[in-house]
Amino acid sequence: MIDPTPAAAPNSSGPAIEGIDLVKAFGGVVALGGASFSAYPGEVHALVGENGAGKSTLIKLLGGRLRPDSGVVKYYGQPVQLHSPQDTRRLGAATVFQELTQFPGMTIAENLLIGREPRGALGLIDRRRMTAEAAAILAGMGLHDIDPGELVEDVSLAQRQIVEIVRAVLAEPKILFLDEPTSSLVEREVEWLFGMVRKLRAEGTSVIFTSHRWREVISIADRITVFRNAREVGTFTTISEDDAVSLMAGRKVSAIYPTLPPKPAGDAALAVEGLSGNGLTDISLTLGKGEILGVGGLAGHGHRELFFTLFGALKPSAGRILVSGKPVRLRSPRDAIHAGPGIALVPEDRKTEGLLLPMSVKINLTLSVLRRISWLGLIRGRDEQARTRAMAESLDVRPPDPGRIVGTLSGGNQQKVLIGRWLLAESGILLFYDVTRGVDVATKHEIYALINRLANEGRSILLYSSDAEELAHLAHRVLVLREGRIAAELHPPMTSEAIVSSAVRDADAA
Amino acid sequence: MPPSAPAPTNPALAGIAPTDRHLLRALAQNFGLVLSWAVLVLAILIYCAIYYGQLGTLPGNFEITSTVNNTMPLVLSGLGQTIVILTRGLDLSVGGIIDLTNALAALYLGDTLQSAILGSIAILGVGALLGFVNGALVAFGRLQPIVVTIATLSIYQGLAIMILPQPGGTIPPEFSALLVNSGAPWALLYCVAFGLLWMMLRRSRLGVSIYAVGNDPAAATANGISLIRTRLAAYVLSGVASAGAGLFLAASSTAGDATTGNGYTLTSIVAVVLGGVSLFGGRGSGIGAIAGALLTTMIVNILFFAQIDPLYQSFYEGLFLVLAVVLTMAVGRLVKRRRR
Repeated sequence: MIDPTPAAAPNSSGPAIEGIDLVKAFGGVVALGGASFSAYPGEVHALVGENGAGKSTLIKLLGGRLRPDSGVVKYYGQPVQLHSPQDTRRLGAATVFQELTQFPGMTIAENLLIGREPRGALGLIDRRRMTAEAAAILAGMGLHDIDPGELVEDVSLAQRQIVEIVRAVLAEPKILFLDEPTSSLVEREVEWLFGMVRKLRAEGTSVIFTSHRWREVISIADRITVFRNAREVGTFTTISEDDAVSLMAGRKVSAIYPTLPPKPAGDAALAVEGLSGNGLTDISLTLGKGEILGVGGLAGHGHRELFFTLFGALKPSAGRILVSGKPVRLRSPRDAIHAGPGIALVPEDRKTEGLLLPMSVKINLTLSVLRRISWLGLIRGRDEQARTRAMAESLDVRPPDPGRIVGTLSGGNQQKVLIGRWLLAESGILLFYDVTRGVDVATKHEIYALINRLANEGRSILLYSSDAEELAHLAHRVLVLREGRIAAELHPPMTSEAIVSSAVRDADAA
Repeated sequence: MPPSAPAPTNPALAGIAPTDRHLLRALAQNFGLVLSWAVLVLAILIYCAIYYGQLGTLPGNFEITSTVNNTMPLVLSGLGQTIVILTRGLDLSVGGIIDLTNALAALYLGDTLQSAILGSIAILGVGALLGFVNGALVAFGRLQPIVVTIATLSIYQGLAIMILPQPGGTIPPEFSALLVNSGAPWALLYCVAFGLLWMMLRRSRLGVSIYAVGNDPAAATANGISLIRTRLAAYVLSGVASAGAGLFLAASSTAGDATTGNGYTLTSIVAVVLGGVSLFGGRGSGIGAIAGALLTTMIVNILFFAQIDPLYQSFYEGLFLVLAVVLTMAVGRLVKRRRR
């Protein structure tokens, strides 16, 4: 039974920010259907809910990125009409949106100080001083390893995210919106962010943030508002994860991780011998048929390179790759798709690395099996429709309509479509690269179950996740990468702590 | 404690001193610009070698002067084109604006230096107006730049023919002497001045806005940059630059021709590409486009002295363009990879 403590409004003069009966629809899709929300000065308020539940839309409405179809936004009790994020800035608010609003071809210093660059002779921007100022700002926030002279496009996603947060904090906001600020951060970076948030809270700022990582939510939030189906369903000061997940899903969700199928003793589906290049050094591994092999470690230590090399998207400088015991040369993803039982990559960044967002579910599903469903180069429409509908239903894509444009689906459902493509292609070796990043809890569970089912069916799975907890529970064994080498191999019973500690250089882990 | 994950250190960078690393970074961040000047120097050396092989002497004052003077219209229109392309736009009306302003110059510059100077200021104003029309249609009308400027290209060309049906008109000789002084390559100083102007633009609010809009229009809006004003300004500046090109052409030919600018629509884009400016917007420099314009002329010179049949000239120009672009891409990737 759900028995959380509903929150009473904190003692205060009144909310800093308030949204009342907010409605927003895109075409026919209702993103927010009469949601209300308020946050007080000096509180950290978490918004939780599945993807598509309306959290991001709420933040965009309160942050001036979108305008509500109806409803009222109040800043400090005053109703306001927001036309742009600039308007909210004048009201003392700053927002870190989920889609980073950065200029990739410009330096970090330019990105941080745009609009308030230091000026020298003739009123022209003094670039040297600008870089120095940016360095001072970063150092002042304890960020010594971010170089303000680098182009944003040349630094890691985590650093980009941090720069975005720094830029928002720099405005000394009284109200700070953070939409999934931790999605690409590792634990240490999250700690840095939370230190910052605590400091702001102590200064009376109200911080509103969304996260899919429950541990983060309970560690920092004063109050938690749960969203489901485009509305809020309740605000709580304490609530257990199980209760929150049930509220988000609107039903009781059973055990978080499925039971692992027994580890098969079959032959190696994929073997790698002495693989090097692109930052990798001497990687050797075997992946058995029906095995789920986890790959863990800190971001930026070669996981991406390993996965992309195995998918033929990067060329190794040394080493061999064997598929079903036969050496193969993977010069392109096309080679990988056709190697042995077929190698498939499900990437983290659905938007840029796999899906054609403006096209239908059908086309996205059949993209790599067009030959199989066509005759003389023409696609057999009925075959296509039948296969894709069956796949959409079996993966529980919501709605299971093959004609639907992929871009209009929620993130978790997009991920399912991408997985479905490789199932249709009947790929026997699946490389899952951080597929649950930014996916809501309920959909995560479905993906866990799916991974499990696929292994049970005899497919081999290489699984990287930035969430060590996931690896500890989902994989038969886990390899930990550090600086492009395999630093450890862990067997059950494994813990997420063991994975993390062997990922850190100086840890005296086993 | 640094909160970010330790970046995997690149062993290739381990032994390099910090200042050298900064230099390497500056090279990597501006490789298109650096490469365009390097290729230009290479082209000049080849030109000199072929020239020496044919005539037994190095190119002198006359050759240099005429080369630079001939390139000035392309330098100007290329700079204008760069600004528009940096905002993710495209200005195909460059040729039409040159035609029209060139015709106006031949008709209205009068016969004294004073009237010519006042007249050319007015003509630059006309260029601004023509650019404003482009910018307004793109920025307010939210129309595709390529469609808008194809249409205005025709319109401006048509207007030019209407006001100057036959080549003719007059340009005051003093004015010609001032702009295209035939005695020495003074136009090189113009190139330097345009380079300095560009550096000032890059350090101004407008310049930052132009780059920001080209990098990510949504992010620019979120940072309070007006897309409308930035795009308008870009097309206006391009119009002014092309009007300047029209004046240069008038000064060097001492008469007007309503079709003289037609080729510049495409060659201005060629100069931009050879200058290492990304056609996707937000990346590149006008200083690169200056090199690109000079390089375009050098290629023609080289073909001439290599005694290539003029009939085949456009074939080789195209070949050089493809080679240059391939080279830029390859070197760019190499530099980026070395730094990882």
